Amino acid sequence: MNIRVWPTETLTRIPYWVYADRDLYAQEMERIFRGDTWNFLCLEAELPKPNTYRTSHLGDMSVVVTRDANGVVHAFENRCAHRGSILCHKERGEAKEIACVYHNWTYDLCGNLTAVAFRRGIGGKGGMSPDSHPEEHAPRQLRIEILNGLVFGTLGKNTPPLETYIGSNIVPNIRRVMKKPVKVLGGYSQVLPSNWKLYMENTKDSYHASLLHLFFTTFRLNRLSQKGGLVVSENGGNHISYSMAADVATKEYEQAGMRSASDKFSLEVPEILKSVDEFGDGIGLQILSVFPGFILQQIRNCLAVRRVVPVDVERTELVWTLFGFEDDDAALTDMRMQQSNLIGPAGFISMEDGAATGFVQRGARGADDELSVIEMGGSGIGSEESRVSEAAVRGFWKKYRDLMGIV
Amino acid sequence: METLQSATQSAVDLQFKVQDLNARYTEAIDDDRLEEWPDFFTDKCLYRITTAENEANGLPIGFIYATSKPMLRDRIKALRQANVYEAQRYRHVLSVPRIVSGQSGVIHVRTSFMVARIMHTGETMLFATGRYEDRIRIDGAQALFSEKSVIIDSRQVDTLLAIPL
Repeated sequence: MNIRVWPTETLTRIPYWVYADRDLYAQEMERIFRGDTWNFLCLEAELPKPNTYRTSHLGDMSVVVTRDANGVVHAFENRCAHRGSILCHKERGEAKEIACVYHNWTYDLCGNLTAVAFRRGIGGKGGMSPDSHPEEHAPRQLRIEILNGLVFGTLGKNTPPLETYIGSNIVPNIRRVMKKPVKVLGGYSQVLPSNWKLYMENTKDSYHASLLHLFFTTFRLNRLSQKGGLVVSENGGNHISYSMAADVATKEYEQAGMRSASDKFSLEVPEILKSVDEFGDGIGLQILSVFPGFILQQIRNCLAVRRVVPVDVERTELVWTLFGFEDDDAALTDMRMQQSNLIGPAGFISMEDGAATGFVQRGARGADDELSVIEMGGSGIGSEESRVSEAAVRGFWKKYRDLMGIV
Repeated sequence: METLQSATQSAVDLQFKVQDLNARYTEAIDDDRLEEWPDFFTDKCLYRITTAENEANGLPIGFIYATSKPMLRDRIKALRQANVYEAQRYRHVLSVPRIVSGQSGVIHVRTSFMVARIMHTGETMLFATGRYEDRIRIDGAQALFSEKSVIIDSRQVDTLLAIPL
């Protein structure tokens, strides 16, 4: 691979060409998304009963996730062994077997080729030689692991077990949110005009949250002065940023005279921020990411998983699935609906993220060999109490470089 | 004969009121008179934007969910004072509204829309297509939305959805 200028000695400098290089993008799809990483595929709740499927992605590769007649979850490439056609062209559905529409080659829900139409021809004429073994070209099957209702898959031969991969300092915070059976409450997707890495960096960047998102700051949902912390997994790739719900009245922002502090701003209906401490630990916000493209979000009672799907080198689809729990009562569901105004492409506190990643994509054009500066909180990837830190962003690049063979 | 004529006349009047409401509503948005947008609704109202897929599957959460006029005002306040997004405008094109049911009081109306988004850079794109499922309260000459469900055909939104549809 033709690695261009890349400062080798530090994680605090990233060259801009990595967001726009087509060859690098192709390498990422292979080494990262189809390599030794765990990719979030869907919620188990999205396969509600036996003989159901939904499509998902490993990077830009389409995969089919199924629940077979015995309730076991499988995943395989969404590609026919014959001519490579997509097998499932619907996002979700029910099926006992999956047949390619092009020539009706048929697969079981594990992805095994079970029938080839007219394999022996018709009336002794035509068909395929007995020596032919199209099964050898069957779609690749993913290894699957499920963690508290989250379905992950990998094509890598050397991917460590899921919990080892995520890290012992992160896994408990997945269990904390995914504490009981979930119920899907809605979904949508947001097309970002940027490389996928810019969105992952944005997610891991706890420093920007209260500076870019004024709504957050004004209502003291997430002031950096609020008690919280940043946890990064040992391999760097996974993180948690959290803050306590209790408000801390401080004036750091106002004194700094930043754009994002405005006393004039008040809501007529602050009830949309009304919440309950459903996890019983006072944590009002927890953003958790797993390399390369998974985010679990708890903002008060607004719960969502986000799946980062690279579409092209400068285009990324962010697939949001919002959920509650099966035993939610009407009042809690209503609270989640009210708080849903905070997130997504129209969200009071998250609409800016779609634009911000695009700003970097555009700003970096023509500056391929210039470097971005990632020095908040030093140069390491250690966990810390302060969220005025880019430790998790540096962690992302550590994991990235390991997988891409950049030493 | 006269009765038939007057029935036809009131149907025409009603159709006119609905079309006039739709036209004024979309003009206010497209002309960036967003502060006027909440005034097209009754005090207690429902305004939501969701996807056709969520709607078909009975899933309650979409992009926007507002249950009163003050919440609509809050959204405009946030857009004007808090949220960061590049300058942009919409151009709505609506179908002829169809009155699904009702003749007076609260009527159910369905209208298709296409919305182009024009960025400050000049870039113009087809931003959203879909349908309005509206409940319109007719009170004499006045017509106001008591419910407006904006059902987008696609599940995808490009970059962000700041200005209401």
